[in-house]
Parts: sequence; structure tokens; C-alpha cells
Amino acid sequence: MNLTIRHITRYRFEEPVNFGLQQLRKTPKSRHSQNVLRWDTSVAGGQQSLSYTDHHQNTVDLIEIDRGAQELVITCEGEVHLDDNHGVVGRHLGPAPLWLYRRVTPQTKAGQGVRALVRGVSGDTELDRAHALMAAVAEAVAYEVGTSESDWTAEEALSAGRGVCQDHSHVFIACAREMGLPARYVSGYLMLDHTTEQDAMHAWAEAHLPGLGWVGFDCSNCISPDQRYVRVATGMDYHDAAPVRGTRQGGALEALDVEIEVAQQ
Amino acid sequence: MLGKTANGLFWMYRALERAENTARLIETGQRIALTRMGASDEEWRSVLQTAGTLDGYIADHEKVTKDAAIDWLLRSRDNPSSVLCCVEQARMNARTVRTALTGEVWEAMNGTYMRVKEVLARKVSERDLPQVLGMIRQRTGLVRGATHGTMLRNDIYDFARIGTFLERADNTARIIDVKYYVLLPSVTAVGTSIDNVQWETILRSVSGQGGYRMEYGASSEPRDIAQFLILNRRMPRSLSFCAHKLRDNLGFLGSDYGERAPSFAKIDHIDRAYLSLDIDAVFDYGLHEFIQKMLLLLGDLGRQIEVDYRFYE
Amino acid sequence: MNDQVYFDEMLGTEGTVRRPYQPFNTWFEGEDPKHLRAKQREAEDLFRLTGITFNVYGRAEAEERLIPFDIIPRIISGREWQKLSRGIEQRVRAINAFLYDIYHGQEIVKAGRLPEQMITRNDAFLPEMIGTRPPGGVYTHIVGIDLVRTGPEEFYVLEDNARTPSGVSYMLENRETMLQMFPELFSRNRVQPVSTYPGDLYNSLAACAPEGLGRKPTVGLLTPGIFNSAYFEHSFLADEMGVELVEGHDLRVEDGRLCMRTTLGYKPIDVLYRRVDDDFLDPLTFNPDSTLGVPGIMDVYRAGNLTIANAPGTGIADDKAIYSYMPEIVEFYTGERPLLENVPTWRCSDKESLAYVLDNLKELVVKEVHGSGGYGMLIGPTATKKELAEFRKKLEARPGNYIAQPTLSLSTVPIFTKSGLAPRHVDLRPFVLVSPKGINITPGGLTRVALKKGSLVVNSSQGGGTKDTWVLED
Repeated sequence: MNLTIRHITRYRFEEPVNFGLQQLRKTPKSRHSQNVLRWDTSVAGGQQSLSYTDHHQNTVDLIEIDRGAQELVITCEGEVHLDDNHGVVGRHLGPAPLWLYRRVTPQTKAGQGVRALVRGVSGDTELDRAHALMAAVAEAVAYEVGTSESDWTAEEALSAGRGVCQDHSHVFIACAREMGLPARYVSGYLMLDHTTEQDAMHAWAEAHLPGLGWVGFDCSNCISPDQRYVRVATGMDYHDAAPVRGTRQGGALEALDVEIEVAQQ
Repeated sequence: MLGKTANGLFWMYRALERAENTARLIETGQRIALTRMGASDEEWRSVLQTAGTLDGYIADHEKVTKDAAIDWLLRSRDNPSSVLCCVEQARMNARTVRTALTGEVWEAMNGTYMRVKEVLARKVSERDLPQVLGMIRQRTGLVRGATHGTMLRNDIYDFARIGTFLERADNTARIIDVKYYVLLPSVTAVGTSIDNVQWETILRSVSGQGGYRMEYGASSEPRDIAQFLILNRRMPRSLSFCAHKLRDNLGFLGSDYGERAPSFAKIDHIDRAYLSLDIDAVFDYGLHEFIQKMLLLLGDLGRQIEVDYRFYE
Repeated sequence: MNDQVYFDEMLGTEGTVRRPYQPFNTWFEGEDPKHLRAKQREAEDLFRLTGITFNVYGRAEAEERLIPFDIIPRIISGREWQKLSRGIEQRVRAINAFLYDIYHGQEIVKAGRLPEQMITRNDAFLPEMIGTRPPGGVYTHIVGIDLVRTGPEEFYVLEDNARTPSGVSYMLENRETMLQMFPELFSRNRVQPVSTYPGDLYNSLAACAPEGLGRKPTVGLLTPGIFNSAYFEHSFLADEMGVELVEGHDLRVEDGRLCMRTTLGYKPIDVLYRRVDDDFLDPLTFNPDSTLGVPGIMDVYRAGNLTIANAPGTGIADDKAIYSYMPEIVEFYTGERPLLENVPTWRCSDKESLAYVLDNLKELVVKEVHGSGGYGMLIGPTATKKELAEFRKKLEARPGNYIAQPTLSLSTVPIFTKSGLAPRHVDLRPFVLVSPKGINITPGGLTRVALKKGSLVVNSSQGGGTKDTWVLED
């Protein structure tokens, strides 16, 4: 299946920007069941000044906002071929060692909530347990848009009992690491059945299982990713895999507008 | 050169010049107080005003007294223009731009700081005052001398000089601003002893008595004093002299950098439109208005230099 | 402990003047102590005037202090130095190979020579450096190896400094001061020069510039600012190298390069000798609250457009827990036996070691794994009962945070006191430069001396002083 994706992010600033940088992780990965046929990032109100591959094999682009700009528009557009692999991404490739994904980060730190959730998870194999964990997370944290904060930790989402895909992923990752499994955060696109227009990217988690390698778990939809899922960036948590990290001098943000289109070709 | 370095050099030399000028103002005030019958503490009010710190002083003190004024001007931590604060500021800037200075300049600056800090650690008694003030003038002169004698004539030197002369011009303009009325051609009181005192004060504050005599002879005329302080091109503390130096150094920067900055146009304008007049034209313009205009233009020039040479982001 | 016999580098253990010190001793005996005392004061005035001071952490600018300077040089023979420098070179080569490996294949872990936790649980390990090859392949452009001596032939490495070793300005200024005060000493002794260091440093840094520049690289030195304790050294080195001394707010990323704000606009820097810690280097990638660094600098670095010296993440190599594995590390990467010995070290994370350490606390030195500057350290033989008890609690609570070492019989070198020469304990920090062109070790280094009688703590923050260090041409 081929998906076409168009993702426009439009920033408007109250006053002209004096200086600003944006670190983008917005280019989908070509790996296994996913092949990027074409991908293009264009910027208005800034310039793409460098690009490199980070330790999670993400493509990172650095955008410099033009001095005096009052608007910045980043357009990513392309086509990705996908095969259904039932969420199996496969063998771990470097350069980051697998153990890195066992490390706890501030957003995925296990506390009482995480440990309690882990205690309730059972199954014969690691794969069974991971699936059980996905179900447990989905049950513990209700999917509710607009009720969580973007800097919430896994524990905060658990005690609130609600959140979005980011929170689901953090809780899953925290639990998986607590269970001794390497786990990571994935940001990406998901083709929806009823509409091509969306206003946010999606996120899910991956755990590294014996014999299978990396396997995806989308707690928000309670399935392992199929050919509707486009993997863009991976990392230890949201902060590490975030599509945009930025810094600015001057130019308070006035409006942020996101348009995403994901369509089957 | 880093914009920060240009900034540091500018302020190092500005602060040093200010420390010296403040010391000279105190000396003058003290001299008047000692030599004139009936001189009142009110004289110190105008000294404070000339040093640009009267408002700060009043916010901190109930009334103007000689002792408090001298202490405020010399060593108060609450007065950013006190000699002690200026020397500290100069030395801190020198540390920031240490790599732009020769070892000799740095050592002269650091030595000055160490000595001034030691001497001004305690209140200075009236008996020690002349010595202390002399030391301050000598020490700042030492830094200037090391600068002249050891520094390359490049952009580093230019920024050092620009700081010096902008501060000096500002200082001379403030002296005239506070006492302008005694220089006005007045129908009464010309040549009275009161005016003589005031004229002497003005000349002393710029170490200009000797120079004045060489240029104009022994008798003090307000018109001549005004000419001397504003337009005389040989007098190293006159507005015209300072403006010339500023124009020279901004010009050197322009040729060094291959491009004249807007600040050059500004100093050129100040020089041509205001300091190439004769003294009658200054009085026609209005002495007070003229000096006010000068202070405004010098302030504006300083800000333009900051922008032109990227002192700050 | 005072009845213990220490090896004195001037008088040996027998009290006869050792060969390297003989010409010096002859000179010294002909000098009037009063005259020397005057010289000692003169030296201090000179240091103060030159501004060779360090700022005390957490205090105002007024607190600039001198590091006491002692006029008696520490003298090392050419033969002794040759042996030492071979060992230092081997060790530094191994440290660089180790860093490359840790941030790439981690072969040493796979080979079972280093436990995985030494890396996985180490805060100094920077994931962002995984897979990044620094320009020129060099991680530690500047290394300081702290050495101690216990006998004529016995040297031990006490600590490796692979992040931002400081003190080299004291090495240079101490020599300058001695040359000014006692020129006659240098005509009697053939002392190998140290003054080439700034030039060597510059060349070494420039040789590590990103490839394909097509012009002479621009080098800059990044300082946290004038209130940093080592600011004098930063400005001194920038001055001696003829490079710009920059702070975070002088820099920004422009056109994919690191640029500094000059009077003529933003100009690129190719090699940044930074004296700012990893965590503060880039608020976009690391500590978002840092104002000392430059947002985006790590992106420029990872794209290969900048050399950062030392490379981020080198702290993993000078961690005290890693230190205990240095013999294995040297062997693994060089295939040779280590020429320089480690001080025997007990890792308190190990149960048996911990038990030994707790049983013998009074004889041992206990150090925090990540500590520096002599803080958070226990010296058993001189500690009070209360201190011992407190440390015992700390050890039991967080054993993995500590290592322990025997109290070495550190050698002494005389210092000049009111009552003549008196032996004091010393260490030595030679400075090593690494570039693709090779490894360069300045003969000598910084000798730190514990001025208090019997004290073993040489850190300047704890009342230590310094000496000029001579390596003789044999």
C-alpha cells in the first residue's frame, strides 16, 4: 500500500523573530516494511541549514528562522510504501546499543502506578505479556484529547487516568522497561479510515522481544501497527523523538496551525 | 574582533576617564571650599550635579555636606559613577578583553585597581585627600600611558580612544551645562569676584588654567572661557578636540573595515554643524540650548556606535 | 603516621642530595635565606599584578585568590621523564581508543573486559555521541594525567582528566616567574622548555579541524565567563594562542556553522576549545536552562561542521569507577602491558570490596566516583572518629558511589619555609595534546604541593600550592 502524506506547520509570531532554530525529526525512516519513495521538506521564513542522522537513526534537519520573520511555514510532503508486518519492525540495528532502551528517562520513570500496572500483567511469552500490557495501559489511561499536558510523565498520566497517544506510549515504555524489556517511543503518521485530514501526528511504542526484535504497540488503538502506520522518528521518550524542538529569541508565538493529510494512493 | 570585545574596550576606557574626571571635580570642589571665604556646602551640590549623580545622592542623603559628597563621589557603592565603582568597572571590562590588551596595559590597570581598592577601602580623611586624588590621577594616567606606548594602532586602539573621548566630551559638556549661566554675557556682575570664582572652578575642573593663560592671557573673560572649552582645537578636553578625535578614530575604523558606519556620519555632522562655528554663533544659538543639543547628540552617537559595531546582540 | 618514611625527591630516603637536585642544592646553599624570602614575596606580588588568580566558587568577584607559589623547583631527570612519558602516551592512546569504542561498537563490553553497567549506569555517557565520529578521530585533545610517586622508580596514575583539565597556565606562569627571579639557575641547569605549549596547543587544535575547509581554520576558546574559577587560564590561553575568547552569548548557529559576533558581523569558528561542561554546551540538546552554551551547537557538531575539544562525552573515560579498569583498558586497545601503574582500587559496588573497605576505613582514602577537587573525600588516617562514622554511613547507603584506595606514601619535595626547607607531599599533572599528527607531552607539568605539614591534599581549593617543575636534559 502506498500512502501520500502532506504535513504543513505554520507558525505566526507577534513580533519579528530575532533569532530562532528548529530541530526537526520529520523524515520517515526507510526500513523493513516501510520504504520512503519520495520525501521533501520545504521552509518559508527560514532555511534548512544542515542535516544529519542521530543515534536513533533519525534524520535531523536544522532550520534557521530568518531574522525578522513573522511567519514560518514548514511543509513536509512525500509518498511511502508500506507492507503489513503485524507491527514487527525486526532486529535491532545500531548504532545505539540495545541496552540504551532499558534506561529510564524523566518522562518514563517508574513509580507506584507503573509498578502496580506491571504486577497485573501476565502471559506465557514476552509477546503475550507485551500484548497484555498494551491492553492494561489502554484500560488504565482513557484516551481523551485536550486533557493532558505535553510534559506529563508516565506516572502523572496514570494517576490522572486519561491522556493522549503520547501518554499511552510513555506509560507503556515505563512499564516495559520495568519488566526488563528495551522499549522506545515512535512518532509517526496513521492513516485514518474515515478522513484524510488530521491535526496532529500519532505516537506509539515499541518493545524489543526475544526472537522478534522490535515490535510496535499502539495502546491508543489497542493494536500492533499495520500498513497504515508510518514510522518517522524513534527515541527514548517524546522529548527524544519529538518532531520539533526549538528555541527562539523574540517573536512570541501568536498562532500555530497544523494541517496533516494522510491518504491512500 | 568580537563585538563584546569592542564593547569591553569602550567601557573600560570610558570608566577610566570618568574616574579621572570625578577625581578632578572633587579636587576643584575642595579647592574652592578651602580658598574662598563663605564658600558653602552648596558648592558641592553643583559638583554632584556636574558628576551627574545629584539625584542619586539626594535619594540617599538628607542634605548636601562636604564630607558626605566627597565620600559619595569617591567610594560609594551606591554611586555607579564613584571613583571606586568606575575603577572596578574598568578593571572588570579589562578582564573581559584581557586578550586584546598588552600585558603592560593589563598590569597598569590591575595595579591601579589594587591600589585604588586598598586606599578607598576606608573613608578618606581630609588630610589624605590631596594625596589620594593625586594617586587616582597618576594611576589612570599610567594606564593611558601604557596604552599609548604599547598598543598597536588597530581597531582595538580605536575603540579604546572612542570610549575615552566620548566620556571626556560628555564630561566637559556637563561642566558647562551646570555653569553655563556664569559664562553668559551679562550686563551686571561682569568681573565680580563671584564670577571669578565660578570661572576658576570651570577651568580647574578641566585642568585648564595654564592652558587658558597660554591661549588668552591672564584675564578671564566668559566668552574666551566658552571658546576655550567648546571650540579650541588645541585644548585636549574641549568639545571640539574630543569630537575631532572621535571623528579620527571612527574614520580609522571605517578604513580598517572597508566601510564607514553610520556613526561616522553622525560625528562628522556634529563636527561640521556645531563645532566649526565661531563662539558668537554659539551664543546666538543660545549657550544652554547648544550644550543641551551637544549632550543629546553625544548620547545618540554612543548608541549608534553600539549598533554599528555589534556591542550587543 | 608521621614516623613513616617518605621518599623525598631531593634527599631520597637517606638524606643525601639526589643527582638531579645537586646543582640546585649547591646554588641554594650559597643563597641568603633573607634574600630568598624577599624573592618569595616578590613572586606573590608578581602573580597578583598579573592577575594569576582563581575565583572561589559561589563568592563575589572580590574573592579572587592566589594559588600559593613555592620557589623551590621540583626536578625530574631526563631519564625518569622519558620513562614516564612513554607510559603517559600509551595511556592517552588507550583512552582515545576506548572512547571511540564506547561510542561505536563497544567491543570491550562484548569481549567481557568491562562490565556493561560501567557504561549503562554512567551519567557521563552521552547517548548523543553514539555513532558520531569527531573530526580527526580525536576525542581528548587535551588530557591531564595526575601522577604520584612513592619511590625512585615508582610512579602511579592517581586520576585521568579527560574532560577539561585545568592548571596549564600555572605550569607556564610558574616557569616565567622562575626565569624572571632566578635567571642564574637556568644557566646552571639545562631545563627543558615548557613555553612551546600554547603554540603546540594551537597547532594541535587546528590539525583537528573539520576536513575540507579550504582555508586556515578559525579556533575559538569558550569560557563560562569572568566569574569562572579558571577564567584567568582561559584568557591566558586565548591570548597566548592568539584566538578569540568567546562566551555563549557571543556565539550562534548561522548557515549551519558555529559563528561568533564580531564588529563586522557573524564569522564562523571551526574549532572550539571549550571550557564549559557537556551539560551546559547546548540548551537545545542538553540542559535547556543553560545560558553558558549555544543552542544548536551539537547539531553543527554532529553534522561535521565543527570540532569541539574535548569532544562531548569524554567524561566516561575519567570516571573514578572506570579508572579502576584502566589496566584492562590499556591492554585491550594497545595489546601491551600498561607502562604506568594504577593505584590499587577497591570498587565499593563489589560486596567483598565494600566489606574490606569498611573494615579498614582508617587506613584508606575513599573517593566519590564522580567527585572532583578533593571534595566528598575521606582520608582515613587523618579523619576524626566522627568523620569516619559519617562516611561509614554514606558507604553503606550508596556503596556504588565510592571507590577506596590505600593511602600511598606520596613522595615529598621541599618547600621554602621561614625555618628553611621542609618536605611536603606533591603530585604531578603533565599535560598531553592529541591530534591526528600525534601525541605531544610538554616536559614537566603542574606540580601541586600540600602546603600543610603531613597533608596529602594538594588541591588548590583545599590549601594546596604549586611549584615550577623541571625536566632536565640529561
